[in-house]
Amino acid sequence: MSDVTDKVPLSHDGAALPLLDVRNLTVEFATRRGTVRAVKNIDITLAKGETLGIVGESGSGKSVTSYAVMRILDRAGSIAEGSVMFSNLDLRAASETDMRDLRGREMSMIFQSPRLALNPIRKIGHQIEDVLLQHAQADSGSVSDKAIEVLESVRIARPRERYHAYPFELSGGMCQRVVIALALACRPQLLIADEPTTGLDVTTQKAVMDLVVELTRERAMSTILITHDLGLAAAYCDRVVVMEKGNVIETANSSTIFKQPGHAYTRKLMRATPRPGISLRDLLPDEDAARAGPILNKTAAAGETPLLTVENLVKEYPRKGVATSIKKMFGTTPVPESDVFRAVDGISFQIGRGESVGLVGESGCGKSTTSMMLMRLIDKTSGTIMFDGEDIGAIPAKDFATLPQRKRIQMVFQDPTDSLNPRFTAARAIADPLLRLSKIGRGELRSKCEELATQVGLPLEFLDRFPHQLSGGQKARVGIARAIALKPDLIVLDEPTAALDVSVQAVVLNLLQDLKDSLGMSYLFVSHDLNVVRLLCDRVIVMKAGQIVEQGPTERVMDAPQADYTRDLLAAIPHPPI
Amino acid sequence: MLATIGRRLLTVIPTLIGVVIVTFLLTRVLPGDPAVYFAGPAATPQSIADIRKGLGLDRPLPEQFARYVNDLAHGNFGNSLSTGRPVATEITSRLPASAELTFLGLILSLVIAVPLGILAAVKQGSWIDHTCRVVATAGVSLPVFFTGLLLVYIFYYQLGWAPAPIGRLDAFATAPPNYTGFYLIDSLVTGNFETFRAALSQLILPAVTLAVFSLAPIARMTRASMLAVLASEFIRTARASGLDTRTVIITYAFRNAMLPVVTTLGMVFSFLLGANVLVEKVFAWPGIGSYAVEALLQSDFAPVQGFVLTMAVMYVVLNLLIDILYGVIDPRVRLEG
Repeated sequence: MSDVTDKVPLSHDGAALPLLDVRNLTVEFATRRGTVRAVKNIDITLAKGETLGIVGESGSGKSVTSYAVMRILDRAGSIAEGSVMFSNLDLRAASETDMRDLRGREMSMIFQSPRLALNPIRKIGHQIEDVLLQHAQADSGSVSDKAIEVLESVRIARPRERYHAYPFELSGGMCQRVVIALALACRPQLLIADEPTTGLDVTTQKAVMDLVVELTRERAMSTILITHDLGLAAAYCDRVVVMEKGNVIETANSSTIFKQPGHAYTRKLMRATPRPGISLRDLLPDEDAARAGPILNKTAAAGETPLLTVENLVKEYPRKGVATSIKKMFGTTPVPESDVFRAVDGISFQIGRGESVGLVGESGCGKSTTSMMLMRLIDKTSGTIMFDGEDIGAIPAKDFATLPQRKRIQMVFQDPTDSLNPRFTAARAIADPLLRLSKIGRGELRSKCEELATQVGLPLEFLDRFPHQLSGGQKARVGIARAIALKPDLIVLDEPTAALDVSVQAVVLNLLQDLKDSLGMSYLFVSHDLNVVRLLCDRVIVMKAGQIVEQGPTERVMDAPQADYTRDLLAAIPHPPI
Repeated sequence: MLATIGRRLLTVIPTLIGVVIVTFLLTRVLPGDPAVYFAGPAATPQSIADIRKGLGLDRPLPEQFARYVNDLAHGNFGNSLSTGRPVATEITSRLPASAELTFLGLILSLVIAVPLGILAAVKQGSWIDHTCRVVATAGVSLPVFFTGLLLVYIFYYQLGWAPAPIGRLDAFATAPPNYTGFYLIDSLVTGNFETFRAALSQLILPAVTLAVFSLAPIARMTRASMLAVLASEFIRTARASGLDTRTVIITYAFRNAMLPVVTTLGMVFSFLLGANVLVEKVFAWPGIGSYAVEALLQSDFAPVQGFVLTMAVMYVVLNLLIDILYGVIDPRVRLEG
């Protein structure tokens, strides 16, 4: 590759040719309802060694653009217009065989959800070898050494052992490193990273992004970072392209885009991005914020008995292994101490009436296990869960569903799509808890559903639609309406906005705040997004490895963290240059 | 891996106990009294009672059951009332005939159906896809006896290419020495190519009949499973890394798509083994299916019991093999074991 780096191809007028030059690109998809233009006449250029961010919400065409460049659009999609020049090669005119040689060797891609991006039943070492052999980067004798070398270059510890690992044996961050290794194995000139850190923890996100930046810089590669996170793009890119509904609406240097956003949509996007030093209403466009009025913010009065008191809560799981499962089969010998894994290790906290408490930590820290125990979906190993003076932890989880207490603790789930029955209309989904747990008459049911829909801002005409006919934000509203249907005292919110676009997230967060104030509920807000927690929560609990490392009022924990771990988490949030 | 297999074998025991109890009870509640049947039309109540006593049918059920289990433990499946021969010998001589036929039918079917399914998925909506659909639908909608008779009519009666459908070998060939009971293998092992050719020519038509029938589930399952896998994200990664089409389709997609296909295969096999009675009838095949049906019609319960038990054991072994195969294909299954 050295000759390529030395001799930059020049255009006719002698100026340096961009590595990638997309002109007037239009991508169309053939659907049952006719042709849909996903990308409309866009121009994007990328210089050698440059890092470009493409930012936009879902449906903006940012991923489709990159698939078009790689020519890996699925069957229904096609490039209708425009040209894609890679160095001095016309990619639109290139044969499929030529494209195959380019992919992986000159241009490669890393994807969202790294675990799914790897072949689940092939050793990661072999997957890297496939790429190396395909592009003749090694012969069959040296290929395994070369693969181990590649694994080493993405900072995978003990690469010789990991070579034999399957994706399911590795963590999400580790899988993303393998995907990066695959993409960079043949030292391409262009790397396209499509939401490479979505779904990863902040600290992992930082590690992955830092690795990508370091490797691409070291190799003088050009990078396109596709993301919905304006902060991430601005922090890591030289230039940012903002896309909306298939159009490029703004291109600017990342140092200026935050100071002087040129387009109204960019401003809206920036506004909706949670960041320190603002209130929930600041996320909304001015007119919506004015309509919403001030936040009432009824926090728990001091001296009142807390709604929920958790003491020394522990959840143990037996470690998986042949030895334990055989023991379980034959006889009742208690499982020895070393064979159990403490997912939650003796935690204590309180939630006041009307208070919202954030529970943060990285994946595997036990925050989901904790919320499941509070929801009484799984049984604790030891400890107490006092809810309004009653130890609900003592009630077996399998009995809890039919008890009156069930009404008082409800949940909003992470994925608005997966948590709705695809065969239930919105009205039926909202009515579900009412039918199961209250004595509501058939006649009142519809009016109650309409009342709830109005409360969560879901237009009534959507009530008879099925989940697939609703947008992400509308589905989130259905999930919230379902959770508040029985007027619960406590709602566990499990990353309720993680799957939503920022502008939708802004609206949903405001809705949650207003509902809490008007209905006097308490929230336990489980999240890994510290900026969101800062906006919504009165108090924060930080968990690590099953234990609470720090808890206290949000501002105190965020602005003057006591524990090192909290400091690490906060430092890992990408800071756009403001 | 061995531990997994061992544990899996342990779970087989209750299944087998259940099967033994059910087959025993089932044959006792079948309509028709074997004693009456065997006493013949001129029987007196006295002679019927004697026969019943001779068969042990006058004993209480628990005692009959105890004796049945005791016999089983000694490898004694009882004697057929109509032929007088021990059931165990009948089954061991007839099972290979059925198994050989079923295996060959299944292999034929696999060789055609799997590539057809893969092609149909890769070129979705093309003429190959439509051909696959038509062939599969036609194959599964024609009853096996009809396909069998049709093949006999065309290839034996009209064209004269195939030998007469009169069992595993024609009258002039001699059966090879019995090693596996599979004529094709036994004749090859002994280097008797004449017999091999004769056995194969007898096998082809019934095997094709079975293959036509079993084509549909395998082809359709391969196609559906391939389509699902081809749409998954790691295929996109493989394509974005520039891997060639062959590697993407075979190494990446098909290996992942194999699990449901293997499951279907197991089901089709066990289904064919028992259900190819009609094919055995059409081709005068001395298999286990026709044996069981004849016994059933005569209320001859020992062969029926023996047949059901054999099938159950086969099914259990087959499922075990499939589970092991799962582990070979998918490392995630291995871990859960």
